[in-house]
Amino acid sequence: MNWSWLQELLSGVNKYSTAFGRIWLSVVIVFRFLVYVVAAERVWSDDQRDFECNTRQPGCSNVCYDHFFPVSHIRLWALQLILVTCPSLLVVMHVAYREAKQRKCREAEGENCRRLYPDPGKKRGGLWWTYLLSLVFKVAVDVTFLYIFHRLYPNFNLPRVVRCTEAPCPNTVDCFIARPTEKKLFTYFMVATATLCILLNLCEMTYLVAKRCWELAARRQGREQLSKPTGCHHCAQQKNQGLSTSSSGQAPFRSVPLYRGEGAASEGRRGSYLISVHSLSLAQTPSTSANFSPASFPAD
Amino acid sequence: MDWGTLQAILGGVNKHSTSIGKIWLTIMFIFRVMILVVAAEEVWGDEQNDFVCNTLQPGCKNVCYDHFFPISHIRLWALQLIFVSTPALLVAMHVAYRRHEKKKQFRKGGQTCEFKDIEEIKSQRFHIQGPLWWTYTSSIFFRLIFEALFMYAFYFMYNGFRMPRLVKCNAWPCPNTVDCFVSRPTEKTVFTIFMIAVSGICILLNVAEFCYLLIKVFLKKPVFFFF
Repeated sequence: MNWSWLQELLSGVNKYSTAFGRIWLSVVIVFRFLVYVVAAERVWSDDQRDFECNTRQPGCSNVCYDHFFPVSHIRLWALQLILVTCPSLLVVMHVAYREAKQRKCREAEGENCRRLYPDPGKKRGGLWWTYLLSLVFKVAVDVTFLYIFHRLYPNFNLPRVVRCTEAPCPNTVDCFIARPTEKKLFTYFMVATATLCILLNLCEMTYLVAKRCWELAARRQGREQLSKPTGCHHCAQQKNQGLSTSSSGQAPFRSVPLYRGEGAASEGRRGSYLISVHSLSLAQTPSTSANFSPASFPAD
Repeated sequence: MDWGTLQAILGGVNKHSTSIGKIWLTIMFIFRVMILVVAAEEVWGDEQNDFVCNTLQPGCKNVCYDHFFPISHIRLWALQLIFVSTPALLVAMHVAYRRHEKKKQFRKGGQTCEFKDIEEIKSQRFHIQGPLWWTYTSSIFFRLIFEALFMYAFYFMYNGFRMPRLVKCNAWPCPNTVDCFVSRPTEKTVFTIFMIAVSGICILLNVAEFCYLLIKVFLKKPVFFFF
């Protein structure tokens, strides 16, 4: 097993991400994984062998290396990269669960089975929360590891010489780190990319929450504008089964559905999430890729 | 995950590139990535082990190596190749976005839809015009900037492109001035000049592609393009 296995897993995540999520994934793969594998690993390869102490005391070098490098940068980054990509798998698993549920229903009831999810990959209902939670975990992992790095290696600095007084070293001994400047540069680079990833995740979280609030506000506004109350669950179901014409007499629109108490804007135009009494044609099978055009689906 | 990842990413962009862009991509992978992986890495593989200083003072070798090679040639080249390839991702993202829009249109079943099925959309080649022209041109511009920056960084850090046989070091804890000997200096110089020359060719190709795109646009719509 090597990094390519993780890469294959991640490529499946791309389908269910927003635009921010795809940029985040590109940054992680190109600037973190690739740099780690092709460059950083080589820099740290002779880490302990070339850690030299100004003493002939046996064991002093080992003890000093262990004191100043409790966990090597390279291993910390490997852990960080694995943990930061894991939350995305939650989303993949949730979508797989939805698809399995739909498949089971179809097997059990045949063609009579109503569609549970018009698009299992669409971030609505539980999947929206799973996605948001995965973003929170990603930020938490990156922040935690940055904090660990800062505690272990203050200011992410790697000096040329460290002074060691651990037993069995006699008195104070000078120990010299191999390639400190190169290691420092790569450390700064990896810290910068981790910070960029945190910012991207925060932007994505803000975007998701803002979009949802906007949709809810628009739905509330739309409800107030409509003459008939649409709060009734059964009325919404009936409406969703057929199409109702708008008050302006233009082409039909889909009414607002209810899905576990959450609303969904039912627009097909990218960037416009207002529920409108005017016509906006909707795709019956909304797109599975970027979350540009939310679509409605029947309530459970 | 290795250079194959980069190749996979850039391979997708190749379809939508100009002819000069395709030549650039070929040169990138054959004369830079491949040479880096199969040859240059071997030459620099033993660089610190065989960096020998004329002293028994512990730590002197480490400090002198760090002083004269703050960042190894190999790592600089790896970073250069990654950064120079990254702008192509902008084009890949733009193409993916256009494809997504076309798929949406196809699914709505618009009358203007000219595709028979989704597979045709997936394999469609987009011409470099309109907003894609701006994305593509920006990516070439950034490529040029990154290439120039890295070449300058090389020149600045190593005072030229020649690897000396002997360096004189007086950094602490070395006693006085100490002679340190670089391993395989001639071979390293040859590869450095080779990689710099190929970088130069890539810069020229990028400039040519940039001019070609500008000329193409100005010939089609001389004045009104930007309005």
